[in-house]
Amino acid sequence: MVSPSHSEPVIELRGVEKHYQMGDTLVKALQGVDLKIFPGDYISILGPSGCGKSTMLNILGCLDQPSVGQYFLDGLDVSKLSDDDLSQVRGKKLGFIFQSYNLIQQLTVVENIEVPLYYQGVSEKESRDIAIELATRVGLGKRLDHRPTELSGGQQQRVAIARALSNDPSVILADEATGNLDSKSGGDILGIFDQLNADGKTLILITHDEGMSMRTSRTIRLKDGSIASDKRREEVAR
Amino acid sequence: MIRHSLLREFSLFRLKRSVLLGIKSLWMHRLRSLLTAMGIVFGVCSVIAMLAIGEGASHEAQQQIKELGSQNIILRSVKATDATTAGEQERSLILEYGLTYRDISQIQATVPGVLVTIPAREVKDFIWNESRSIDGSTLGTVPWFPEMRNRSIVRGRFFTEIEMNTRAPVCVLSRSLARHLFPLTEPIGDTVRIQTSYFRVIGVIADDPAASSAGEEDKNGKPSAKQSAAMEMLIPISTLEDHFGEVLFKYRSGSFEAEKVELHEVTVRIDEPDRVMPAAQAIRHVLERNHKKVDYEMIVPLDLLRRAERTKQIFNIVLGSIAAISLLVGGIGIMNIMLATVTERTREIGIRRALGAKKKDIVVQFLIETVMLSGAGGVIGVALGLAIPLIITHFAEMVTIIEFWAPALAFSISVITGVLFGIYPAFRAAGMNPVEALRHE
Ligand SMILES: Nc1ncnc2c1ncn2[C@@H]1O[C@H](COP(=O)(O)OP(=O)(O)O)[C@@H](O)[C@H]1O
Ligand SMILES: [Mg+2]
Repeated sequence: MVSPSHSEPVIELRGVEKHYQMGDTLVKALQGVDLKIFPGDYISILGPSGCGKSTMLNILGCLDQPSVGQYFLDGLDVSKLSDDDLSQVRGKKLGFIFQSYNLIQQLTVVENIEVPLYYQGVSEKESRDIAIELATRVGLGKRLDHRPTELSGGQQQRVAIARALSNDPSVILADEATGNLDSKSGGDILGIFDQLNADGKTLILITHDEGMSMRTSRTIRLKDGSIASDKRREEVAR
Repeated sequence: MIRHSLLREFSLFRLKRSVLLGIKSLWMHRLRSLLTAMGIVFGVCSVIAMLAIGEGASHEAQQQIKELGSQNIILRSVKATDATTAGEQERSLILEYGLTYRDISQIQATVPGVLVTIPAREVKDFIWNESRSIDGSTLGTVPWFPEMRNRSIVRGRFFTEIEMNTRAPVCVLSRSLARHLFPLTEPIGDTVRIQTSYFRVIGVIADDPAASSAGEEDKNGKPSAKQSAAMEMLIPISTLEDHFGEVLFKYRSGSFEAEKVELHEVTVRIDEPDRVMPAAQAIRHVLERNHKKVDYEMIVPLDLLRRAERTKQIFNIVLGSIAAISLLVGGIGIMNIMLATVTERTREIGIRRALGAKKKDIVVQFLIETVMLSGAGGVIGVALGLAIPLIITHFAEMVTIIEFWAPALAFSISVITGVLFGIYPAFRAAGMNPVEALRHE
């Protein structure tokens, strides 16, 4: 299947399941998921609606914990961590990009990018410098003091990307990042993702868009809460 | 446990940023924030203003009572109101009533703690300086009267024991009387007349605090009723007996009145404050035994003072309740808005949690907002609360006293209200599941 890379996995799921109690019935949103993600991986997680993509993202993003199984992030078992420690892990090691951008409305571009740094206790000056640099990198150097409502969808998503990068995370998780964008802006965003991966970032894109598999180096398909296939591009191409 | 680590981890830097963030969030909904803070504004402002007014009123009352002398017991002769005895006496044409020297000697002999007694007799008649006159009161008393009654000598001197023993025709005028009879000239050395007797003015004494606090005459130059009580002239009691005899005649409302009163007023000075109330009780017994009808009244300034203090306490309790209720209402208003805010900002809470905010970060963020809201209300309330008493003093000429602790207290309570009513919304915000909060529309 996936050839073990030269380095330790940044993410490892072992027998992960997620159960939801819906009245009398137990819904198994994820079952028997084993997965290793290595530094520098560029992954798309694909599957039809209801297959468990969001559940998977929540667990990978330490927003939720598996009902069964273990999750190692940078070698640390996060499946049993306290709420505070999970917050700490999210703030330090993960970057989130959401379909609806999820910027904080009362904050400016720079301030939005600074939010993760604030919770990491980075000094005001340092976090301001980082935020300005990242905003410039995603092409918003001239919009530092704008508010989200003054920006287009594509610009907002670029702020979100800058924000996801601000704490220099081990993994960036994007949930339908281009779902609300027109094809032009969406293409721009995907271009940024490509560039980030080229710079060595580990990205996980969750999407129902089949075309994405052509872009990423590895494609994981989910079906009814299990991994149906997990292919690297070489294999896809072959 | 949460609070412990909160203190440790919450650096000044983060506090500053949280405050800035709070200001931004509150500023986003300026009108709503303002209206929410209004509850606190009125609560705080009314507490301070009412305290200042209450404090001013009770201070004035207490000051007047204290000037009477808290160690004094003042006895006054009054016409008995009993109708049958009055009818009985009508035949004699001379109304005989009131305190006697016998009362004094018995009080001195039997009541413990009596330091000194100050007898006084009064003649109510016109006092003249050449063509100027006023209906006033002439009080015959003893040389230690000013000291015992806390009346200061404004000019000149009081009469001496020698002058009393020699029945000298000297007098001391109250300040109001001196002003009225001698508007332009120096009274000391001059003479005043009552009926056919002349008295040389040797001093001016402060007005009786019980009679008046104002001294100015009205536009027509006529003294008000309050002021006429302050028109007072003091002479040796022996001199008064010499000149006016035992029976005092007065011409009032077209008919003569004759009355025989040995003493109009007796001030009993007690040696220690603790013994004032028992002494008052003992004096009452002596007087009840000596007088068949109640032709005297007893004023115990200390008792009045205690009553005034008790009234003030009750006032403070009422005030405290009103303040508590208004702050409670303000607090509920704040809580209501904060709960709405938390719901409205569910998505923001989810985002912050995803980006690394701990539960306590969320708690602190919302608490700071609530406290800023109530604190701002408190500041405005304090400003208004300080201004209102000034305005009242200026326009209503009422004494108001702002105790230094009142604004501090009112402000602290407003902040505490913010914390108390902010806790629940803040914990509700922090307790939200991040996944669900992120999904919230
Ligand atoms: N909070 C939840 N409570 C109950 N069932 C849930 C919950 N979240 C997801 N599910 C169920 O788990 C399955 C997977 O859902 P989800 O991960 O949202 O799929 P996807 O994102 O791929 O559409 C679905 O059947 C869904 O109904
Ligand atoms: Mg989904």
